[in-house]
Amino acid sequence: MSALLELTNITKTYPGVIANENISLSVTKGEIVALLGENGAGKSTLVKAVFGLVRPDSGEIRIKGDLISAGDTAAAIEHGVGMVHQHFQLVPVMSVTENIILGDEPRKGIFIDKKKAREEVVALSKRYGLEVDPDAIVEDLPVGMQQRIEILKALRKDVDLLILDEPTAVLTPQEIEELLGVIKNLASAGVGVLFITHKLREVMAVADRVVVLRNGKTAGATTPKETNEEGLAQLMVGRNVVLQVDKSDAVKQGIVLSIRDLQANDDRKHTAVDGFSLDVHAGEIMGIAGVEGNGQRELVEAICGMRPRLMGSVLVDGLETPDMQPHKVHRMGISHIPEDREKHGLVASYSIEDNLVLNQFDQPPFANGWIRNSNALEQNANTLVEEFDIRTPSIKTTAGALSGGNKQKVVVARELSQNTKVVVAAQPTRGVDVGSIEFIHKQLVSARDHGAAVLLVSAELDEILSLSDRIAVMFGGKIVAILDGKDADRAKIGRMMAGLAS
Amino acid sequence: MKYLRSWLLPAIALLVAFAVGALMMKIQGANPFIAYKSLFTSAFGSSAGIAKTLGKATPLIISGLAVTICLRAGLFNIGVQGQLLAGALASAWAGYAIKGLPTIIHLPLALLFGVFFGALTGIIAGALKAFRGVHEVITTIMLNSIVLQLGEYLAYGPFKEPGQQLARTPEVLNSAKIPQIFGMPLGFFLGVALAVIAWWVFKTTTSGFRMETVGRNKSAAWYAGISVKRSILISMFVGGALAGLGGAIETLGVVGRYEPAFNGGIGFDGITIALLGRANPLAVIPGSILFGGMRGAGASMQFTAGVSPDIIDLILAIVLFLVTAPLIGKMIKSIRDTEQITTGGWGN
Repeated sequence: MSALLELTNITKTYPGVIANENISLSVTKGEIVALLGENGAGKSTLVKAVFGLVRPDSGEIRIKGDLISAGDTAAAIEHGVGMVHQHFQLVPVMSVTENIILGDEPRKGIFIDKKKAREEVVALSKRYGLEVDPDAIVEDLPVGMQQRIEILKALRKDVDLLILDEPTAVLTPQEIEELLGVIKNLASAGVGVLFITHKLREVMAVADRVVVLRNGKTAGATTPKETNEEGLAQLMVGRNVVLQVDKSDAVKQGIVLSIRDLQANDDRKHTAVDGFSLDVHAGEIMGIAGVEGNGQRELVEAICGMRPRLMGSVLVDGLETPDMQPHKVHRMGISHIPEDREKHGLVASYSIEDNLVLNQFDQPPFANGWIRNSNALEQNANTLVEEFDIRTPSIKTTAGALSGGNKQKVVVARELSQNTKVVVAAQPTRGVDVGSIEFIHKQLVSARDHGAAVLLVSAELDEILSLSDRIAVMFGGKIVAILDGKDADRAKIGRMMAGLAS
Repeated sequence: MKYLRSWLLPAIALLVAFAVGALMMKIQGANPFIAYKSLFTSAFGSSAGIAKTLGKATPLIISGLAVTICLRAGLFNIGVQGQLLAGALASAWAGYAIKGLPTIIHLPLALLFGVFFGALTGIIAGALKAFRGVHEVITTIMLNSIVLQLGEYLAYGPFKEPGQQLARTPEVLNSAKIPQIFGMPLGFFLGVALAVIAWWVFKTTTSGFRMETVGRNKSAAWYAGISVKRSILISMFVGGALAGLGGAIETLGVVGRYEPAFNGGIGFDGITIALLGRANPLAVIPGSILFGGMRGAGASMQFTAGVSPDIIDLILAIVLFLVTAPLIGKMIKSIRDTEQITTGGWGN
């Protein structure tokens, strides 16, 4: 049987980066192939090449035996390739039906034939067993449902090969389970599925075959039967990774961070944090689990003085911290590893040296009054680069030139090197390579062991589970439950994250 | 390497501009070599020439600095011209209307008037930006017109020299005039000193670091406890004050009064000089000398090569175009590159 998709020796280079190097891969009818790799391993580039969004330098793309010329999106679509992007491309104010037919509407004269369109959507949804409400407005739907619409949109064009780019990144555990079910159904209906992920569990659950990319090269190809999660992780990073974080039991001391009835709005002025109260003790890591968009970002910003607190207070050692003054909150002992490090955490065009003192540049020893002390800056930078394993040619290198993981290490080094009572870490390992993740996790544990109260907010349930001493599950701006980290159960937390009763 | 690259663009811009200028002369049937040679010898070949060049460079160095400082703080101050005119007008008034003071008091006072009104003009745009979010390019351009029209009204009306047909103020009193040494206005050395001070402030002080951080990343600056509003106000105040000083020096040292026709493009040349120097305060010094020489000695090309001095405007316009255009190109390219390379992950 000829392959649905056959890639031979695909190579793509960007200035200074080899995104793909001689990658070969095939998908046959009804097969689920997982493309696994760390961030920056070249997964997205490869699938974009298949869909014609990226023009490879060399190599051959064959779909159903036909040679497809590089960068020919139209040919890819004609040959039955459908792609669901990581970022949804839906019109939020339009209905499900309108979104699905968009770009190829059934017409009646110059008008859209709405009745026919709706029928078509219902039929499509039945055919693949993907239930949707054809009349619902997209922005009212949960993320998992929106993704389903994206998939239907792709399937509508008689797709034989469906490409899913990081489809589970934004989903709750329940939605992930459902999606994996959908993928299996599609495959049994004869659709070939190529899906990108860096989550080992998903690969083990659905893939027929796995292709692992590392630094743009094929690190290995295997099947879930022949390997396990540890084996896949090793292929991904090329060495043994400790998936479980090594940590001793927490030595819990007094309450340091106390959040009382906190209320805050999101950017659209809707209530995002809705009467949130939590105590965090010195010497513990408190994890906030939750699907993104349930008020975590607003919570962190309100705590750190970066978003107006409409009600409630944030206390450090019993002292109230000021509203909307991030610097003063910081001085009172709350260190903050911000979610958006490019925006808040770093000045990309500044040297590492300057970035390492960004929120204390005017304090001794870094400044004597009005004059900055370049010796102290250098000394500080040299120490921290060494201590936090920041891989850089020089402390004068601009932060923007570093990799994601090293940028984050600069932020972590700056925040954790100061004498801090509370560490608020928001998505501290997002977009960071596995090696750096491991390192950052160790640093957070060590901050805890030195007596800091750590508040960890992460969309990665695995990260929460492996680091936290206690876990607060957040849904709709409130805490649903607080669990002991040791006996936290993934499925139970997942249900709580989805807002279902525990 | 990095040092080299940062000077490559300005060097190319100047070379291309001079080449195009030469081409235009050739088309007119003139000899560009003779023209450029006379331009150079006239500007730098004699002590009188050098004095004239530095005289012309004085308001340029100061207005170039005014733009540079704002650029470092992330603001594109196109309003130097207006701030400069405000300074010129205010210092001219203080120079002729306040009587009976010795030089040692009168001159600094008149200068201070210029500085203050320049700063006031600057801080209007700064306040609108800081508190209302109005883009400084829009407001400074508008303020340019406002000050120009206001100056014309005053020079025709309340400030008009009695018995004079032209729209101009009376001449400033001798007690407010800047003395000349070796036929060279003192202003230029003040400009150099200010450039060095500005360079030092950005290099070593916390205030400079604050402003520059705001210029590079407002969100990070705020997160680090730097007041973005304050930085905007300060930089527009200082920029305006410098431009006002430039106008005052020109008025008290060269022109001797305010007349609407004078110093047409000093503020705009300042923008070109600042961009050509890539917002480096020290680079403003050679830039202003070069521009001052061209402005001062442009007429010499008429005698020797029959080239209209308007060619200088053309050359400087090309320089401005070349130093700005690549910035825009780079911006577009960087947006495209990030779109392509970003692979995302972790729900990002």
